[in-house]
Amino acid sequence: MEGNYYPLLKWILLAPLAGFAVNGLFGRKFLGEKFGGLVGSLAILVSFIFAALTFSDLLNLPPEYRLLRDTLYTWISAGSFVVEAAFRFDPLSAVMALIVTGVSFLIHVYSIGYMKGDAGYNRYFAYLNLFVFFMLILVLADNPLLMFVGWEGVGLCSYLLIGFWYEDPEKASAGKKAFITNRVGDAGFLIGLMLLFGLLASQGFAAMDFASLEKNAPLLTSATALGIGAPTLICLLLFFGATGKSAQFPLYVWLPDAMAGPTPVSALIHAATMVTAGVYMLARLHFLYELAPRALEVVMLVGCFTAFFAAVIGLLQKDIKKVLAYSTVSQLGYMFMAAGAGAFSASIFHLATHAFFKALLFLAAGSVIHGMSGEQDMFKMGGLKKEMPFTFLLMAAGWLAIAGVPGLSGFYSKDLILEKVFEHGGPAVWAVGVLTAGLTAFYTTRLFILTFLRARRGQGHAHESPLTMTLPMAALAVLAVAGGFLLKDRLFIFLEPLAAHGGEHSPLAARLMMASVGAGLAGILLAFPLTLPDAAAFLKNSLSRLHGIVFRKFYVDEIYGLLVIRPLKLFSDRVLFSLVDAGLIDGVLVNGSARACYAAGRALKRAQSGRLDIYALVFALGVTAMLFWII
Amino acid sequence: MTELLTNPLSLSIILPAAAGLALLAVPRDNEPLLKGAALAATLATLLVTLKLYAGFDPALAAMQFRLDLAWIPAYGISYALGIDGISLLLIALTALLMPVSVLASFSYIKEAQRGYYVCLLLLEAAMIGVFAALDLFVFYLFWEGMLIPMYFLIGVWGGPRRIYAALKFFIYTMAGSVLMLAAILWVVAAQHAATGVWTFSIPALYGAALTPEAQFWLFAAFALAFAVKVPLFPFHTWLPDAHVEAPTAGSVLLAGVLLKMGVYGYIRLAVPMFPRGAAEFAPWLAALGVTGVIYGSLVAWTQRDMKKMVAYSSVAHLGVVMLGVMAFEPAAVAGAVLQMVNHGLSTGALFLLVGVLYERRHTRMIEDYGGLAKVMPGFAAVFMIVTLSSIGLPGLNGFVGEALILFGSFLAYPWLASLAVSGVVLSAVYMLGMYQAVMFGPLRHTENKILKDLSPREWLYLLPLLFFIVLIGVWPNPFLRRAQAAVDSYIQLAQPYPAPPDTLPAVVVRK
Repeated sequence: MEGNYYPLLKWILLAPLAGFAVNGLFGRKFLGEKFGGLVGSLAILVSFIFAALTFSDLLNLPPEYRLLRDTLYTWISAGSFVVEAAFRFDPLSAVMALIVTGVSFLIHVYSIGYMKGDAGYNRYFAYLNLFVFFMLILVLADNPLLMFVGWEGVGLCSYLLIGFWYEDPEKASAGKKAFITNRVGDAGFLIGLMLLFGLLASQGFAAMDFASLEKNAPLLTSATALGIGAPTLICLLLFFGATGKSAQFPLYVWLPDAMAGPTPVSALIHAATMVTAGVYMLARLHFLYELAPRALEVVMLVGCFTAFFAAVIGLLQKDIKKVLAYSTVSQLGYMFMAAGAGAFSASIFHLATHAFFKALLFLAAGSVIHGMSGEQDMFKMGGLKKEMPFTFLLMAAGWLAIAGVPGLSGFYSKDLILEKVFEHGGPAVWAVGVLTAGLTAFYTTRLFILTFLRARRGQGHAHESPLTMTLPMAALAVLAVAGGFLLKDRLFIFLEPLAAHGGEHSPLAARLMMASVGAGLAGILLAFPLTLPDAAAFLKNSLSRLHGIVFRKFYVDEIYGLLVIRPLKLFSDRVLFSLVDAGLIDGVLVNGSARACYAAGRALKRAQSGRLDIYALVFALGVTAMLFWII
Repeated sequence: MTELLTNPLSLSIILPAAAGLALLAVPRDNEPLLKGAALAATLATLLVTLKLYAGFDPALAAMQFRLDLAWIPAYGISYALGIDGISLLLIALTALLMPVSVLASFSYIKEAQRGYYVCLLLLEAAMIGVFAALDLFVFYLFWEGMLIPMYFLIGVWGGPRRIYAALKFFIYTMAGSVLMLAAILWVVAAQHAATGVWTFSIPALYGAALTPEAQFWLFAAFALAFAVKVPLFPFHTWLPDAHVEAPTAGSVLLAGVLLKMGVYGYIRLAVPMFPRGAAEFAPWLAALGVTGVIYGSLVAWTQRDMKKMVAYSSVAHLGVVMLGVMAFEPAAVAGAVLQMVNHGLSTGALFLLVGVLYERRHTRMIEDYGGLAKVMPGFAAVFMIVTLSSIGLPGLNGFVGEALILFGSFLAYPWLASLAVSGVVLSAVYMLGMYQAVMFGPLRHTENKILKDLSPREWLYLLPLLFFIVLIGVWPNPFLRRAQAAVDSYIQLAQPYPAPPDTLPAVVVRK
């Protein structure tokens, strides 16, 4: 399957790039606020239209020929290392490209209202367009190295947008933390790619495009590295990269801090698209992971642990965006659980529904923050139902979708994941997944109650957001409600090559579903009494130690600081710089030898005393010695 | 003799040298003429090197634009010039950085301007000469010839500790070069003893008849001289001092071009002349390079002086380059060559940017800044792009070189290449840390509230660098293609024995 040449492909990418250039170079001077948002949104709309056109062309092909390619030029070529600037559009890329451009467009429109009056308006849209450009490179790239361009590029945009209000040092630091944490993962990703390329190149198969990799990957099965199978090591290293980008344990720590960015950014980058890159990468390289069952086990366990761990932290957060951030970490954990169970299409399914309902939840949260003039503490909210009726209704859709209420999108995807996990991971992992589903329902219900229901706890009044904000939310709400039902069978047929363990249900399906639905409903119902002030205070006091640890997020940031960052900085400063560099190398060896020469000169200076009798004596001794030696 | 002027390669050396001497005739106080003439001379040289670039045939492995004029025939010394793709790229880099440096000096240098521009032009001639020389004697003359103008640039127009820094730079480099001179004489004498012919011609000395033991010691002598220049850990401590004290243009040329001389020396001389010696030392040199990556990055992280931080980051960057050069893999060596150009662009630009700030505030300390993005948005954007180039963000130039080196050298040294990847993380730590401390946060110091954004002249010299930073990142192949033949012949010459068997990464044991 060589794939059909399809020159339209590049236009999906070029529209956002052009938008970035126009807003970045001329935005402030010529476009201003009036046209800046319009240009930015139109660029994404064009991109979406091209993606949709390409998609319909793809659908018209018979399933086994569904691959469109567009090679622009040879990007890097040296020796056997050849990387093409080439793009592919197959079912997996198509799903991702549609989600990315579609959700991005809605969030761009929302941003027109949300960012109104901000001094960096045009800069914002420039960054956002650049993000979409890199995200599309990531999902359309035809080789892992080009994918890495998108991978790091979205990281850059994330950095720029988290620290968008850079005058606040805390926000700027959050951006830096995100970038560096991601780079830690990327280092693993790079080593994984190096190992993959090195092993294949040593057998004479240096081609790096995904089709060739898929064809040549079986050659790796007999190779070992560091005492374990080469595919396992490669997959683990690549997965380490995914834990950075997709905020899994142990590298998830940047995502909650990333909420420092504008809320639409949190919705787009830190919920719907960029953070799912790791899930996409695993699905893209499913042929490698299928060779490495041990690595898949690790993926599943890490996903399972992260899902549970983050959900627990999410229970006690006060900041509305932080709850959603931990929820995102937790939901991404579900996607990795699915991938770890070998159900890659189920993970992409959840990726899609999560993109809908989580983007909706974030936008609704943004609407609340906007309406409350920047307030993010849920304990100062309450009763917003009356002042913000649209936001209230739309957020309810998102809330019920993520809580897993039957019929809504989250129900279908989460349920399928749990079923696959039960089949391939065993009851223990499944049970944690079900428990997490209950916790998810609990904390989202808590969020909903604290924000919209009951009486207002803080000061000031709130106002409903403009149509530019509520309309995109409404579109997402439709998808969050109906997306699961619409996609549930079609997606699996479409993604067929991935669906090794496809959409077919196991005999236990009905009973498993009852359990997870039950957990979700229990979570919702428990949240109502437990969020009453008295009940909450009682729980807090009776479990005060546990509460403290969870409230402090298990001290993970503090542990990293204490065990890694501070010792390393101290070591670099005290040992490497002061002791080794300035002291040993420069002080003792370099300047020391200079001083030694100087001292030797001073010592020898005495010989040049000018006393002829001593000169004569030395001369005589010298002649004697020479004669003695010669004779 | 007219060939001296008609051969574009020779012209690119003679032109700046002659312009430098002619500048001595300009009255001391005629500032506009001095500046204009210096700029015109460097631009003219750039044009000449463009002609070199255009006329260069990437398909040919042989040296091009050759010139061979007998000079001291009794000892086989001739004024021999010629370039391959590697020299071509480095000469082009030099010629590009020169007008940039001149422009950057217009407001920075206020005293003894005539002498300053004379030094710059003479330095350009010597730098291009090193890259063009095909005769060991001529190479050595240019090599030492670079030291003198650079010594004055640091010692006369430098900062408060300029005398210490200039002397340290001079003696350190000189100590290495003396060893190299001894080794040169030995090789030539040995070749004479074996063949009866006196020659200093570099290509003729490739594969000279030497015992393995002699190769070992001769390579060691050359390697030490070049290690100082690279600078390879632990021979790097002259660099931070020299950079901190040097004027902006001095730092740009020091980092942009002079550091490349060390690596170039390995590629042009040490490895092809003594392949057996090189084979023994290569893993150690690669290991020192990787040590430099980690060590340089960690030490850079602790610096509070921006120039010092960039200086230590150079130790890290050049460490990666050494890893590539010593891997003898096509991708790695090509990456190393490209990375030399990249480092010249990005680190050159970083020093220019620090210079822009220094001219406004007369401090290089990070804590004296903060929040500048608000008052200098143009500067902030340029600084961001250059920072990202320096930390190897894909899509910009630094990544292409780094990725080629890492992927290529992984085939030869899987462990070292994996360790070198830590530079990816650490460079982000110190560079973004500096960027944040300087550009983000509130404007804490009142003096900074009135800082002016980039002037048209500053844009003029930064834009060409930005252009290539993006171009090489997006479309590096034209540059790689020009270096390809030279890289292949380097690897061929580096083989101590006829073609070795296919090497599998050492971590990999097949079942």
